[in-house]
Amino acid sequence: MVAESPIVQIKQVSKNFDAVYAVDDISLDIYRGEFFSLLGASGCGKTTLLRILAGFEQPSSGRIFIDGQDMTDVPAYARPVNMMFQSYALFPHMNVADNIAYGLKRDGMGKAERAERVQEMMALVKIAAYAKRKPHQLSGGQRQRVALARALAKQPKILLLDEPLGALDKKLREETQFELVNLQERLKTTFIVVTHDQEEAMTMSSRIALMHAGRIEQLDTPRRIYEFPATRYAAGFIGSANLLHAHVVSQEDELVTLRSEALEREFVVHHGQPLAPNMDVSIIVRPEKIQVGPANDAPNKVEGVIKEIAYLGDVSIYHAEIAPGVRIKFTQSNVLPLAEQPLSWEQEVRLSWSPYSCGILSQ
Amino acid sequence: MSKLRWLQITVLLLGFAFLYIPMISLIVYSFNESRLVTVWAGFSTKWYSELMDNRQLLGAAWLSIKIGFLNACLSVILGTLAAIVLVRFRRSRMRKPLDVMVAAPLVMPDIIIGLSLLLLFVSLENLMGWPERGQLTVILAHSTFSMAYVTVVVRSRLVSMDRSLEEAAMDLGARPLWVFFTVTLPIIAPSLVAGWLLAFTLSMDDLVVASFVSGPGATTLPMMVYSSVRLGVSPQINALASIIILVVSVAVLIAGILMYRQEKRLRH
Repeated sequence: MVAESPIVQIKQVSKNFDAVYAVDDISLDIYRGEFFSLLGASGCGKTTLLRILAGFEQPSSGRIFIDGQDMTDVPAYARPVNMMFQSYALFPHMNVADNIAYGLKRDGMGKAERAERVQEMMALVKIAAYAKRKPHQLSGGQRQRVALARALAKQPKILLLDEPLGALDKKLREETQFELVNLQERLKTTFIVVTHDQEEAMTMSSRIALMHAGRIEQLDTPRRIYEFPATRYAAGFIGSANLLHAHVVSQEDELVTLRSEALEREFVVHHGQPLAPNMDVSIIVRPEKIQVGPANDAPNKVEGVIKEIAYLGDVSIYHAEIAPGVRIKFTQSNVLPLAEQPLSWEQEVRLSWSPYSCGILSQ
Repeated sequence: MSKLRWLQITVLLLGFAFLYIPMISLIVYSFNESRLVTVWAGFSTKWYSELMDNRQLLGAAWLSIKIGFLNACLSVILGTLAAIVLVRFRRSRMRKPLDVMVAAPLVMPDIIIGLSLLLLFVSLENLMGWPERGQLTVILAHSTFSMAYVTVVVRSRLVSMDRSLEEAAMDLGARPLWVFFTVTLPIIAPSLVAGWLLAFTLSMDDLVVASFVSGPGATTLPMMVYSSVRLGVSPQINALASIIILVVSVAVLIAGILMYRQEKRLRH
């Protein structure tokens, strides 16, 4: 999916509003045909970065290249990118077809060709039946489709999407996620999505840039970001994680032995990079990687008492106290009916996990 | 129905009666046979036919309409521009002073506006022989305060308008001027209509400022009515007022329907 030359190059871009840096020295390459997500909590600078790409904000420093051309000083109306707005920004005084045709008219496209393109776009997002309706006569989901069709009508090199599913309810959002991915694969347009929803970013993206305080915290595929978070922030933002404080004892090949003073025991973790002895680190274990029950041969074992249970239907989340003041979260699929669940409050459990399903965070 | 409900209806009716009975009596007495405005002497339309022959009064009415129309157009253009600057150019250093200055004509007594403009026009005329006092000076004087009202009306509309609509248009390749005419203007149009009507009404209504800045050749309707009242009210004025009420009612009704439709379209 990732091709040779980057279609978007962001070079040392910063944007400050007085003393506050919304975007702080970000460099980033995005490749042709990618489904790229800018993920982060609100105020992390992801929307500002997207608006810089669209041309609505000028970077305070740094350059933007699109398809090899410097676009930093090119106004929004002359850039080969189109944007789908969070509020959809449909023109309330125009019907669906006119909304979609708005950008085409500005391009001086002939009437017949324009009508054809509008038809094509409406068919693409399945709204042909509503061509003559005004935006206020449409449901939220239909409006989202019109906004998408309007942004795609000019066949931009890059489509920017600002929280594209933010205004939809949960069920519709899940359906639309897959539709967006299918659409992107069919059109081969580069999609750059801003979202605060980690699940959304995980499902749709080829790569995710996790942003925090104006900087990129981690840039990788969804799978690698989840399995190998680079920082504690990344570990906490994407999915749920147990962090156990420990220090390095020894490292043999790629297996690191660590000791936790609070838990008074040693752990073994698979880790590629060399670590200094005695270095203070955190061991990260995802709740679903933890196994319950006797597992004598596993090198990572703890015993605890179940203190809290959250029943979510498909899975249950358990909190076990493994040392005074230290709790660990683990999940279990609810295979058995509720009445036959083997785990309950104040029950002692033995928990274990493999050295290959956990990681080490040094920052 | 409870007692409280009756009370509510009574209060409502009294309120409306207070507002509308004077106007209704004015219309009724325009069909009065008698020359005395306060004595009913039978139905007649003779004041209407006399009005049609009163060149002076009709001329004043026509002049007022002309001034009102031109003033409203000028005020809408200037007021809209001012509103756009105040809302859109947030980072402009001129914004704060402009904000205050726009509100000044709203609270300034007419008599001061009239006097200061008279002084301005007189000294301008002495300096360069322009403008001659008359229709033009009345229009200019009226638009100085009318545009402030238009600015307030248009600004509130602009503030509530979603900024991303303009950004979306620009993103789709439209240059700023084209964005303004195809997106911004249609969306704020109801406020322009409201502002236009307001400016027209203010101008039609104004006696004080017009008396100051008008010349001998240009007597507006309020000036004419006011000076004729001092000699005793002729029922012709009732007839003229009735016609104006009719025209205004129809205009307001049409504007209201248009704006209601537009609002309905814009509401999501």
